[in-house]
Amino acid sequence: MGIVEAILLSVITAATPLVLAAIGELVTERSGVLNLGVEGMMIMGAVSAFAITQITGSPYLGMLAGVACGALFSQLFAFLTLTLVANQVATGLALTLLGIGVSGMMGESFLGMQGIKLQPIAIPLLADIPYLGPLLFRQDIIFYLSIAIVAGVHWFLFRSRAGLKLRAVGDSHASAHALGVSVIRTRYLAVMFGGACAGLAGAQLSLVYTPQWVENMSAGRGWIALALVVFSSWRPWRLVAGGYLFGAVSISQLHAQAFGLGIPSQLLSSLPYVATIVVLILISHNRRMTLINTPASLGKPFVPDR
Amino acid sequence: MPVEGVAANGHLLAVSNLTKLFGSFAACNGINLQIEQGEIHALLGENGAGKSTLVKMLFGVLAPTAGEILWQGQSVRIANPAAARKLGIGMVFQHFSLFEALTVAENIALSMDANISLAKVAEEASRLSHAYGLPLDPKAHVADLSVGERQRIEIVRALLQNPRLIILDEPTSVLTPQEADRLFETLYKLKAEGRSVLYISHRLEEVQRICDRATVLRHGKVTGACDPKAETPSSLARMMVGSDVAAVTAEGTSAKGEVQLEARHLTVPARTPFAVSLKNICLKVHAGEVLAIAGVAGNGQGELFDALSGEYPVGDDSAVQIRQRPVGTRNINARRLMGAGFVPEERHGHAAVSALPLSDNLVLARSRSDAKAFLGGGFLKIIRRDAVTSATKRISEAMDVRKSGEDPPAGSLSGGNLQKFIVGRELDRQPSVLVVNQPTWGVDAGAASRIRQALVDLAKAGSAVLVISQDLDEIFEVATEIAVISDGRLSDPYPAQELSREKIGLLMGGMYGKTEGTEGAHAH
Repeated sequence: MGIVEAILLSVITAATPLVLAAIGELVTERSGVLNLGVEGMMIMGAVSAFAITQITGSPYLGMLAGVACGALFSQLFAFLTLTLVANQVATGLALTLLGIGVSGMMGESFLGMQGIKLQPIAIPLLADIPYLGPLLFRQDIIFYLSIAIVAGVHWFLFRSRAGLKLRAVGDSHASAHALGVSVIRTRYLAVMFGGACAGLAGAQLSLVYTPQWVENMSAGRGWIALALVVFSSWRPWRLVAGGYLFGAVSISQLHAQAFGLGIPSQLLSSLPYVATIVVLILISHNRRMTLINTPASLGKPFVPDR
Repeated sequence: MPVEGVAANGHLLAVSNLTKLFGSFAACNGINLQIEQGEIHALLGENGAGKSTLVKMLFGVLAPTAGEILWQGQSVRIANPAAARKLGIGMVFQHFSLFEALTVAENIALSMDANISLAKVAEEASRLSHAYGLPLDPKAHVADLSVGERQRIEIVRALLQNPRLIILDEPTSVLTPQEADRLFETLYKLKAEGRSVLYISHRLEEVQRICDRATVLRHGKVTGACDPKAETPSSLARMMVGSDVAAVTAEGTSAKGEVQLEARHLTVPARTPFAVSLKNICLKVHAGEVLAIAGVAGNGQGELFDALSGEYPVGDDSAVQIRQRPVGTRNINARRLMGAGFVPEERHGHAAVSALPLSDNLVLARSRSDAKAFLGGGFLKIIRRDAVTSATKRISEAMDVRKSGEDPPAGSLSGGNLQKFIVGRELDRQPSVLVVNQPTWGVDAGAASRIRQALVDLAKAGSAVLVISQDLDEIFEVATEIAVISDGRLSDPYPAQELSREKIGLLMGGMYGKTEGTEGAHAH
């Protein structure tokens, strides 16, 4: 395996959790809910995936546990913000802090354990294509899922009736309610989907990226995912492009260190976050584009007047 | 396509003793109403009379507190809009329930209960819209459409359900007279097919023209049912308001004085994708004159107000002149200090902070322009409560503001009373220039006439008054000169006596007279 191939493989591995967490948040935000708890749901997914893998010996069961835990954890946010109409920003931040704390406690007995990695699945025929095969078709299931989910979300949002309703709820919840769309139910489901995706992203971290449990191992990826959603202007395929760009930036710092470039490592490891800020500035520059694509009722609580 | 008849003796819809309480306040109180098949039935009433609450109950948006709804003789409970549509009730809302980011076809598909493909919805919508004379492009984004076109979407959306009863909530409030005529044609067509229309309005002239019967509401109660064609406008108004409304007297307006407010080739690009850009606007308001700017909502009225008031200063200092001094780049307080007063369109959140008492709202607006009167303690700028309280009292008395207690929160006042206070707050300074946007929007007739009289009196006392309004009745009551704004362009001003409603309607639709030559250079 050549060095280029190795670098590209590591970019894919680094980008997959970003894409997954971001596509979930994209659906949540399209329904008009701003969930800043991505980081917390991700870390909860990571710890429960690792724990169940250790207990059962099956990384697939672990992966499912990560998904379930992320989805369940997100429903705490949904209950607080949708049913009790708590402030979404504050509740999202609280969810992140809670997730980091609870995951640290849950994972204490798993610290330092040797993890079980999700093995790559080679797709017959396609895996033998030179160059492309080993990169794209000898991957673990979570990578395949990430691409399938993005394609599915694109189809769902822009081709299906349910997706149309979800976009309508995000654009104007009062109008959607007047038409008889159940705003609260739609948002509960969207938040749950976001949680499940963040949980899966977390599972990728503890089962593929670095198969072990380290406290706070999501390391700010949830925040990058949030920035990615804005970067993509709420469009699924643009989000993949952005995810891989960020993946590349975060990997390039590792390789730059390995090559011994004379740049302080602290500066290099801050690159993804610097890139986040730069991209957000560039995006906000194009106001027209942002305004047209932003779900108009993003972050606004809905209380039916009954 | 005609619809089949109802059982011979039955009403299509009957409502008995329908009541809706919000807390202890009865928005609807024991309403009785019958609608026959194939009639256009008017629901008349002032703002706050309970019309909207009533139709929301009929359409399943609100649940009644008590009472019964009979549909074709059967008692029904309408739990949600889907249930209403299933019965055969369609609704066209006053504030459109449309999604700006979606296309026309997507908007229509959203209200269809059955699972029909988007392509099919687009095709059917396009067919229906042409059959009823309401042309629409199904692929257009709603954000790019005019208000009239948006209303067509709502109507087509309702028609796709093949309804027996169509409810229209203030449908002409956003239309030009020509667009309204077109709407009436559609309504006649629906009536001829045996469908019924519940037509909500406070425009008496329209109701007399197109409606077969009328039910009048006041304070949540039915105060009369009549044949509007057999009534006079003033007898209908009496039923709506409960007493005769004072007519505004505009006689004896003083002679034109100096130019007090002027816009010179004012051009402002749109700030947001949904805003309107102002194109080469020229206007002059002399002392002693009321210039009214007519136009359909969303043609640049808000943007013009922002530019004239200095809420958003413009780049060119000389484009706006107050008392013949350039102020284009100055902010709102600088302009107030030069003797101008401004009343924005929205009462809540823009002209007043709902949660704060009236006195605080007074200080917020005038602390800079009347610092001497309201602030003391030198650089500490301590609010002088006694002065503020007496000014609040003075304004309330001058404008007959009815409120509970000395100094209640702005949000607790009714729309009309709060509007009287907000206008009074500016009048109290005796400004030599007053710019006011939609002075009586959503205000009851009594308060509206009080406010209009105050504007006329101010001009008579020698001030220059600019009124931006959608209400033609209001414009003809107060204006000495009238200009029309359309798509960010302003027509030449015409003396109010020389301008007919038809002419205004043409101008609203963008048919300019003399200004045609200048506008080409600025068209985009």
